[in-house]
Amino acid sequence: MIQVENLTKKFNGTPAVSDVSFSVEEGEVLGFLGPNGAGKTTTMRAITGFLPATSGRVTVGGFDVFASPIEARRRIGYLPEHPPLYAEMTVAGYLRFVARIKGVPSSDLGFELDRVMETARIDHMGGRIISRLSRGYRQRVGLAQALVGDPPVLILDEPTVGLDPKQIHEVRELIRSWKGRHTVVLSTHILPEVEQTCHRVAIIARGRIVAVGTPAHLVERLERAARIVMDVAAPAGEAAAALGGVPGVADVRVLDASDERARLEVEAAGVGADVEPELARAIVERGWGLFGMQSSTMSLEDIFLELTTDEPPGGEAAS
Amino acid sequence: MRNVLTIVGRELRSYFVSPVAYVVLGVFVLLSGVFFQAILVQTLQMVQTIQAQSFGGTPQPVDVPGEISRQYFGTLGVILLFMLPMITMGLFSEERKRGTIELLLTAPVTDLQLVAGKFGAAVAFYAVLLGVTLAPISTLFLYADPAVGPLVTAYLGLFLYGASLLALGLFVSTLTENQIAAGVMTFGLILWLWIVDVLGGAAGGTMRAVLTRLSILTPLGDFMNGVLAVSNLVFYMSLAALGLFLTYRSIDAWRWKG
Ligand SMILES: Nc1ncnc2c1ncn2[C@@H]1O[C@H](COP(=O)(O)OP(=O)(O)OP(=O)(O)O)[C@@H](O)[C@H]1O
Ligand SMILES: [Mg+2]
Repeated sequence: MIQVENLTKKFNGTPAVSDVSFSVEEGEVLGFLGPNGAGKTTTMRAITGFLPATSGRVTVGGFDVFASPIEARRRIGYLPEHPPLYAEMTVAGYLRFVARIKGVPSSDLGFELDRVMETARIDHMGGRIISRLSRGYRQRVGLAQALVGDPPVLILDEPTVGLDPKQIHEVRELIRSWKGRHTVVLSTHILPEVEQTCHRVAIIARGRIVAVGTPAHLVERLERAARIVMDVAAPAGEAAAALGGVPGVADVRVLDASDERARLEVEAAGVGADVEPELARAIVERGWGLFGMQSSTMSLEDIFLELTTDEPPGGEAAS
Repeated sequence: MRNVLTIVGRELRSYFVSPVAYVVLGVFVLLSGVFFQAILVQTLQMVQTIQAQSFGGTPQPVDVPGEISRQYFGTLGVILLFMLPMITMGLFSEERKRGTIELLLTAPVTDLQLVAGKFGAAVAFYAVLLGVTLAPISTLFLYADPAVGPLVTAYLGLFLYGASLLALGLFVSTLTENQIAAGVMTFGLILWLWIVDVLGGAAGGTMRAVLTRLSILTPLGDFMNGVLAVSNLVFYMSLAALGLFLTYRSIDAWRWKG
């Protein structure tokens, strides 16, 4: 339903998104996960045609968003990062305007407004002036706006921002209920949100996609991935090289080294095999002493940080 | 077409819930009313003076209603210089500031329809302003028998004059997110287009002729005298077309800049 091919977007020569490719199947919910400034909003704006790509191609429902923008936009409901509201209008007046510019036939207008207002839980708010609404209610009006016309594709930029916990839960339930009916791309910084609502997750950092997979797949990868801290009696460099040669080891870091003793941290990639016995053998075979070994699985948050930052987590906070 | 009308409708409604429309309308009604009154009194005094000076002989005929309406329209042209920037200043700048441009530019509406809708709303509001001036003009019909032809051409002239300045103002409102800045820039631009013929006065020869020709008020004078010249129609229409074209291009440029 949505195809993004080698999307690059530069602002004044600086790339905000570089060579991003992914696709979303019909009825699928894709979560976009990434820290601030990662390029989530920029990617979504390229999908909706608000910002044309510097290079690359985006198609929605088979229509190129740049070459046939009107056809593509007819299929998209979009909730931008800042809900695009006219403060002086009433909720119903605003939604009626949105319905008209989206081409909802006049005869269906009343029905359509009732439907989206009920879905976004603002059915009693029709007569209220938007500027007097609380932030959470504005977000709901923004969501209602995206749903007008029942578009097959929904692009939601941080849909649960500003909502209370009950409403967050409701919106997540709502998105879940769309599975199979709407093709959804949503962005968030919140991991559990992705786990609860999405079929697939794309993790984006510094304008590049660093991982794509089902939440279960990611979780599995996390659970298998392990950090093992080893205390050995060996020269640090040699020990690190030996451990690095063990199959399934992704990375070895020297935490501490003094005379003949070293403390090393080994990171095992998610291959599934238990690497601990192999690690122990690698040390013992070379005639070194093994004083201790402690392994810990990485939390979801750790992996997220791991995937999206250059600095090792838990280091000195920048001040 | 439906898209254009939807945008016009929303814009007009928002004019009338914001204070801007009422301020513009109020100030315009007040100023034009005061000037009409002053022009009326002045013209009547002038007629009396002429009659008194002509003693026994037949006085020179004076087209009193014609004189009044010409002066009145001339004054309107100047008052409008101040009012027109306020009509267009927020049209695009506010959309950008509030982020609603993201809704408009991702809706199944072409850029051309968007520009047409915004321009249509500005012109419709301007038509309301012009409509207000029909009241004093119609009183002339109660007391005299003004020639209808020059009145029709004068209104046509004022309409085209306003529309061309609104198109330029629309363009300026795409240049900034700050509507006050857009208003001031538009005012400056209009003022400059107005006084080029003053600059022309300092120059001489063909330069002077060209600069006088460029002043936005020059063709208006012809319209008020009942003269309908193709060159004047073309002048205002091409100015409007230029403004709309620049607006269209400017929206396209934002998309790329982001
Ligand atoms: N209009 C713009 N002009 C210049 N740079 C921009 C523009 N929009 C975004 N950027 C830059 O592009 C990068 C990606 O921004 P983007 O808004 O896509 O991030 P994001 O993932 O949505 O972040 P957040 O989680 O904070 O919303 C940032 O470095 C940002 O400064
Ligand atoms: Mg963002």
